[in-house]
Amino acid sequence: MASIDIADIRKAYGPVHVLHGIDLSIHDGEFVVLVGPSGCGKSTLLRMIAGLEDISAGEIRIDGRRVNDLEPKDRDIAMVFQSYALYPHMTVAENMSYSLRLRRTAKERIAAAISGAATKLGLDALMARRPRALSGGQRQRVAMGRAIVRAPKAFLFDEPLSNLDARLREQMRGEIKKLHQSLGATSIYVTHDQIEAMTLADRIVAMNAGLVQQVGSPLDLYDRPANLFVAGFIGSPAMNMFNGTYCANSAGPAIEVQGGTRIPLQRQHQIADGAAITVGIRPEHIPVGATNDAGIRCKVELVEPTGLGTILHIRPFGTTLKAFTLNRDVSGSDAVTIRLPAEWLHLFDAQSGQRLP
Amino acid sequence: MTRSKRIAGTIAHRSAILVYIVVALFPLYWLLKVSVTPNDLLYSEGVRLWPSHASVDHYLFVLKHSDFPRFFQNSVIVSGSTAFIVTILASCAGYALSRFAFRGKYWIVILMLLTQMFPLVMLIAPIFKMLSPLGLTNSLTGLVIVYVAFNVPFATFLMQSFFDGIPKDLEEAAMIDGATRFRAFSQIILPLTLPGIAATLGFVFTAAWSELLFALMLISSSGVSTFPVGLLSFVSKFSVDFGQMMAAGVLALIPACLFFLFIQRYLVQGLTAGAVKG
Amino acid sequence: MTTVAQHARLPSDHRPFLRRLATASEPWLYSAPALILIVAVMLVPLALGLSYAFRDVRLLNPFSGGFVGLQHFETLASDKNFARALKNTLFWAGASVFFQFTFGLILALLLDRPFRGRALAQALVFLPWAVPSFLSGLNWAWLFNPVVGPLPHWLTALGIFDAPTNLLSDPQNAMWGPIIANIWWGIPFFAITLLAALQAIPRDLYEAAAIDGANAFQRFWSITLPFLAPTIAITVLLRTVWISNFADLIIVMTKGGPADRTQIVASYIFTQAFRRLDFGYASAIALVLLLLLMAYSLLIVLLRQTMLRRA
Ligand SMILES: Nc1ncnc2c1ncn2[C@@H]1O[C@H](COP(=O)(O)OP(=O)(O)OP(=O)(O)O)[C@@H](O)[C@H]1O
Ligand SMILES: [Mg+2]
Repeated sequence: MASIDIADIRKAYGPVHVLHGIDLSIHDGEFVVLVGPSGCGKSTLLRMIAGLEDISAGEIRIDGRRVNDLEPKDRDIAMVFQSYALYPHMTVAENMSYSLRLRRTAKERIAAAISGAATKLGLDALMARRPRALSGGQRQRVAMGRAIVRAPKAFLFDEPLSNLDARLREQMRGEIKKLHQSLGATSIYVTHDQIEAMTLADRIVAMNAGLVQQVGSPLDLYDRPANLFVAGFIGSPAMNMFNGTYCANSAGPAIEVQGGTRIPLQRQHQIADGAAITVGIRPEHIPVGATNDAGIRCKVELVEPTGLGTILHIRPFGTTLKAFTLNRDVSGSDAVTIRLPAEWLHLFDAQSGQRLP
Repeated sequence: MTRSKRIAGTIAHRSAILVYIVVALFPLYWLLKVSVTPNDLLYSEGVRLWPSHASVDHYLFVLKHSDFPRFFQNSVIVSGSTAFIVTILASCAGYALSRFAFRGKYWIVILMLLTQMFPLVMLIAPIFKMLSPLGLTNSLTGLVIVYVAFNVPFATFLMQSFFDGIPKDLEEAAMIDGATRFRAFSQIILPLTLPGIAATLGFVFTAAWSELLFALMLISSSGVSTFPVGLLSFVSKFSVDFGQMMAAGVLALIPACLFFLFIQRYLVQGLTAGAVKG
Repeated sequence: MTTVAQHARLPSDHRPFLRRLATASEPWLYSAPALILIVAVMLVPLALGLSYAFRDVRLLNPFSGGFVGLQHFETLASDKNFARALKNTLFWAGASVFFQFTFGLILALLLDRPFRGRALAQALVFLPWAVPSFLSGLNWAWLFNPVVGPLPHWLTALGIFDAPTNLLSDPQNAMWGPIIANIWWGIPFFAITLLAALQAIPRDLYEAAAIDGANAFQRFWSITLPFLAPTIAITVLLRTVWISNFADLIIVMTKGGPADRTQIVASYIFTQAFRRLDFGYASAIALVLLLLLMAYSLLIVLLRQTMLRRA
């Protein structure tokens, strides 16, 4: 187990710049999840930590030791690939013991290590099989087993669950979490899946276009997104966004949106009167009431039942908003009243996209 | 399409296939037939499709009273070592072309393509001139060196295409597991390329087994003749005894055909299926 | 002790350089053995061969080796045998490639259709490819021989021949002997490449065309041929060059005879080098052949490009 320090890491493939300077400190035993849209450089960063890609500039330290020039084999990290990358010509037991055999570990210790890992992952009955005789979920477990037998300094995961179906993914997600709790190993986990990110992470690193957008605990990113990108990326269904102007007159701070509707704010913000801002609010934070309640009246344009509740598409002013309600009896063309509670509003500078202080 | 038209089409298709098979096999069949025809029947029974009685006398004669076993042995040595060495060299070079992006790769590919284009007859004289002061003419070693060089370019492309079919993740996983790149190559990637290696071995073996011009040029004593050269001299020496010549021909055919079937079997088989996704 | 101490004090940017060197040299380490061999056994002789073309190199004459300028080429210009060999080469390569390609394409189309026993049929029709070229030459020479071969008798029975004679000793038509052997031997090559290309054509294209009302011939013309065109162009080009250089069958079957009627340039080079041991002259012929083939390849490539640009 180890800490990992990444300082101003850059990556360029010839003229193409992929990472523009990443800084990140990962503590001993922490579970860090990298999220971001496709092509933003998550895998590249992970592979640079593993030593599979050269580092164009910057420094990576594992446990304080600079590893830029170390071969992957000397970094003492394990990696689980999206394709699993199991060795097809080796049995499950051979796959799991390969790294130990390369290190000339004593036979008895190898046997103990792989049988321990096999029991943990429920692979005992499969040890003599070849990868092609395993189901997708079983292969995934073997890949995990291969990583844990070595007790490495850190685990790297590159979308390890994305080839599984939804149910299995949910189950494996739980197992990975349990595994991390029992091993307490430093882990870096790349995923597209928000739920994976939210449920697994001690800290989430949101990336976009080769830059870190925000680092924080899952709830931090959910409750206080640092900018428009993170606000839009985290959460499903996505956060509603609409434009308005900031008014700080005698009636108290408020936002004026298209059509003159004023939405009162909780407090003053340090921004000029009349400045353009972007407002965000999550669908689950828009209370939906009956027609005669207080609030903004609007018509329901579309209804998306999710089973748990309903997503309503409404158009209170200019922009279509989504609101989530547990009420399942709403139907299309009903009229409802919504509120935009000041405590749930996220305010961003319309120009820079940064969260208003 | 009407039923009768479809049946007619099927019949035409199968007959055409049959014609091809007959044309492909007939010359080989005739080789076999004459080789088992006793001398006294050869002229009297002319174009009969099978002699009224068959014998293996010609084979026995060829094996016992001619240099045939020596030629056979020389050819096995030359073709076997050529195939072995070429496969090793081509595996390494093909791996480099498949897995590394490096300056000069483009030029290596161009160079190898060019060697496939230019006339080998052009090299006969200079190679003879170069090898003779080294004592490598009239020697199996010299022949092996020349054959290896001629076969390496194509074998490299062949191996490269097999390596391209194996996911890069596998050796990356091995390198993270603690292997050097070379160890990942030899312990993980090479075993998965076994079908490709078999195909390359078979291909090069057949090519070396059939090579005639350089063998004729570089070898003059019958002690180190390979099969093609030996058979040709055998033909001029025993040119009246067709039965014996054809028996020798059939024997020369066997290794090549065996290797052909060998290639077929391995080309179909893919080992990677379980490694990638599912 | 001192070395250890020095090691510890080495400035840290020494390693990156060594590492960079190791990384950069790695692919070269893998490809070096193959490259060295190719350069030593193919490129160096090629350069030597080019120089021989301008020198007097006769193996049996210890005083040879001098520079003779263009003398070989002057001899060549008036060498009637060479002129005939050139004409024969055209005929040999043209007829061989044409028939190999035509029959190979038909075979590939036949095999592209699934039927029971296809794997076996495929192995059998491709078998000639595995027969060593010298052996297929000998084999066909024997088939044409009226003493042991059936062909002269059958051709006579069909009325094509007046009497069962050996095709290979008929000065008018002897060239057809090696050509037939070459066709038999080379069909599988075209069939295999074309079959691979055929199987890469997406099946739903045919279904779409069939729904659009195209008949079998129209489907072949509008889908199969355009898809095969690049493969056809490249294989025909490579094969023509290869067959022009391919002398085995001729050397085995006719040795260029009767009366040099089947001598092609490649076998002529071999005869000059092997029988007369006149390496200088042989290299001069080889150089001319190389230039002709390069001109041919260039022409085809240019033609293809103008066609592509027009399309
Ligand atoms: N060898 C390469 N040469 C040039 N560009 C590359 C190379 N490898 C990756 N890239 C580019 O680097 C960028 C980041 O790739 P990376 O694989 O890290 O994305 P990712 O965030 O993992 O995406 P995904 O979620 O789809 O896996 C991409 O835009 C990609 O096109
Ligand atoms: Mg990725």
